[in-house]
Amino acid sequence: MNTHPVNRIVSYTGQALGYTAFCAVVAYFSVAPPYRHLPPDGALVKLSLQHAGQRKEACHERTPEELAKLAPNMRAASVCPRERVPVAVEIELDGRMLVRESVPPSGFAKDGSATLYRRVGVPAGEHRVVARLGDAPAPGFGYVKETTVTLKPGAILLLDFDANAGGWVFRS
Amino acid sequence: MPEARDPDGKAGGASTSAREPLRSLVRALFDRVDTGFDAAFGARANPWRVLGGLAWFLFWIVAATGIYVYAAFDTSASGAYASVERITADAWPLSGLARSLHRYASDAFILLTVLHLAREWAHRRYAHVQRFAWLTGVALLGFVWLSGVGGFWLVWDRLAQFSIVATTEWLDALPLFSEPLAANFDDDSRIDDRFFSLLIFLHIGIPLATLAVMWIHVQRLQRPVTQVPRILAWGTLAALAVLSLALPVTSDAPAALAVEPATLRLDWFYLAPHVVQYVWSPQALWALVAVAAVALLLLPYLSRAARAPRRPVAVVELANCNGCRRCFADCPYNAIEMVARTDGRPHPFQASVDPDLCAGCGICAGACPSSTPFRSVADLVSGIDLPQKPIGAARSTLERELARVAAPQRNGSGASPRILVVGCDESVDVVALRSADTAAMTLLCAAQLPPSFVEYALRSGADGVLVTGCREGDCVWRLGQRWVEERFAGERAPRLRGGVPRERVRIAWAGPQDGTRLTQAIDAFRDELASLPPESRATLVPPKRERRPSDAPA
Repeated sequence: MNTHPVNRIVSYTGQALGYTAFCAVVAYFSVAPPYRHLPPDGALVKLSLQHAGQRKEACHERTPEELAKLAPNMRAASVCPRERVPVAVEIELDGRMLVRESVPPSGFAKDGSATLYRRVGVPAGEHRVVARLGDAPAPGFGYVKETTVTLKPGAILLLDFDANAGGWVFRS
Repeated sequence: MPEARDPDGKAGGASTSAREPLRSLVRALFDRVDTGFDAAFGARANPWRVLGGLAWFLFWIVAATGIYVYAAFDTSASGAYASVERITADAWPLSGLARSLHRYASDAFILLTVLHLAREWAHRRYAHVQRFAWLTGVALLGFVWLSGVGGFWLVWDRLAQFSIVATTEWLDALPLFSEPLAANFDDDSRIDDRFFSLLIFLHIGIPLATLAVMWIHVQRLQRPVTQVPRILAWGTLAALAVLSLALPVTSDAPAALAVEPATLRLDWFYLAPHVVQYVWSPQALWALVAVAAVALLLLPYLSRAARAPRRPVAVVELANCNGCRRCFADCPYNAIEMVARTDGRPHPFQASVDPDLCAGCGICAGACPSSTPFRSVADLVSGIDLPQKPIGAARSTLERELARVAAPQRNGSGASPRILVVGCDESVDVVALRSADTAAMTLLCAAQLPPSFVEYALRSGADGVLVTGCREGDCVWRLGQRWVEERFAGERAPRLRGGVPRERVRIAWAGPQDGTRLTQAIDAFRDELASLPPESRATLVPPKRERRPSDAPA
């Protein structure tokens, strides 16, 4: 490098500018520009459920003739087909359908739980929410919950399902 | 004759700028930036020339500060956020500085990794011998991102909440999990201490895996740049420390899973993919990542550079190889290994070239002791040589050129000094600089020139020898400039002998775009030679040489 004093000053100035530019880029993009994830008056409806539908076919008892045909160690009195029905879910907000899905059971044998996770942005404020869930082979919804909620800006309305607790659980 | 060149200096055919306009544009941008930073930092400490090495340095900063900060971190669900706040408030000496350095160095780490990838692409360093480094480099980008994004989660503030929910929702878009991962973040009661133990495990384990891949990344390179010049290292550390003191990193509000973060001070270096996911969709982000990954991974196989014919590789001539290991030590791509002797000669080893790893740069020929032009053989054959430009042909070219500039009418005390300019095929076309007092020859790389050629040229009538090649610090074959300088300085075999007057030898690195600068360097060298006392030009005894077939009159 040229060691003339003027050139050294120019060189050091250039280095200072280089380091400043580097730090400026790192500093700026580490916090800016700000990202608006939700609008100022927005809220969120989050549907998060895990529920096993009913068996597709009901359990039945084997007849003595059927049992006799089986090996002794296989002679279980009841037969319960493993496959379960899809779970039907509907979420309605102020009369508008937010979610309408038929969720298949998990697993290769289709004998696991149906799981559903959805997030939908909605305006903050008062809303009439209707949640329906059907888990039986027959069409229709065995579990329905309807309520009015007031969502503050940024609030999350969590729609969960717990059959042991009576069905739909709304949390906000 | 030298091969035709691309405008960006690569030998081998018609212009690539028309066929690859984007790459050519990016290359031109990098060249401009290089020029500016060379002036300020010097070529050897120009950060743009050592982006990979600088990324290694940043990794060590991140590791050291991470270990320091971890000592004060509470790995419990209830204590994590509070402990980060205490760290920020310097509960431990300088822990706030360490936290900020950790974050800023991590940001710089991924930034430099991306720039390093872009620069290698712009320089077409991704096919053939560079394929392995390219593929592992692309994989590294993913590892670096994974290493960094996990660090945001440990803070357990609203940014962490946003990032972990976004990441799990992104993963849930693939049919991999029987239950949605994102459902684990429905409410705060589901976050427990075991979850933070998992996060810590990930945030230590993935960076360790990253380090392992970084190590693999440089395995096929001789002398990989994993360290940067000390002045650059201290400068970078000081700059990041000043930034950390001026703008300390702080946390957002504590995570609250019942409330969706509305506006975030996003770290765009690591969290930008989340924005893409929410603006488009998780599936779109997966598609984008998949397309980018496939494109980058296929580049070494399907690009023009990959389809271009490979350069001929080095060939070992066992009759002239004594297994001295110099080629093995100098090969920039570890393409040479020393194997047991196969021809019964009384040397334990012989050189063996792996054609898949050989770049055909010729540096090995320049290292071979049998490449000396003083050998009294009519047909000079080196122990390891390049078929497209063998050492024997280089000696013939040198002699022919020096004979041309030593024409009888030039003799006399007032004649201007005769200079032999030795260039490389990757840089300025030195053959175009030939004149009545300038002889010129070009090699595959400046380091293909055995130092004994310099002495041979001075004994054969040259008043001075000027060696040039790529721009300083930007050798196409990585180590050519370093080997030339060390050989000429007597620090590395084969050495330029001590008896060679150093004032008659000059190194002037110049890139393809530096033709004018090179001409000025030659003129300045000529002026210096002209000012030397006449006796200093005639101190060397001419070499003995046998009559060769090429000496016969035409």
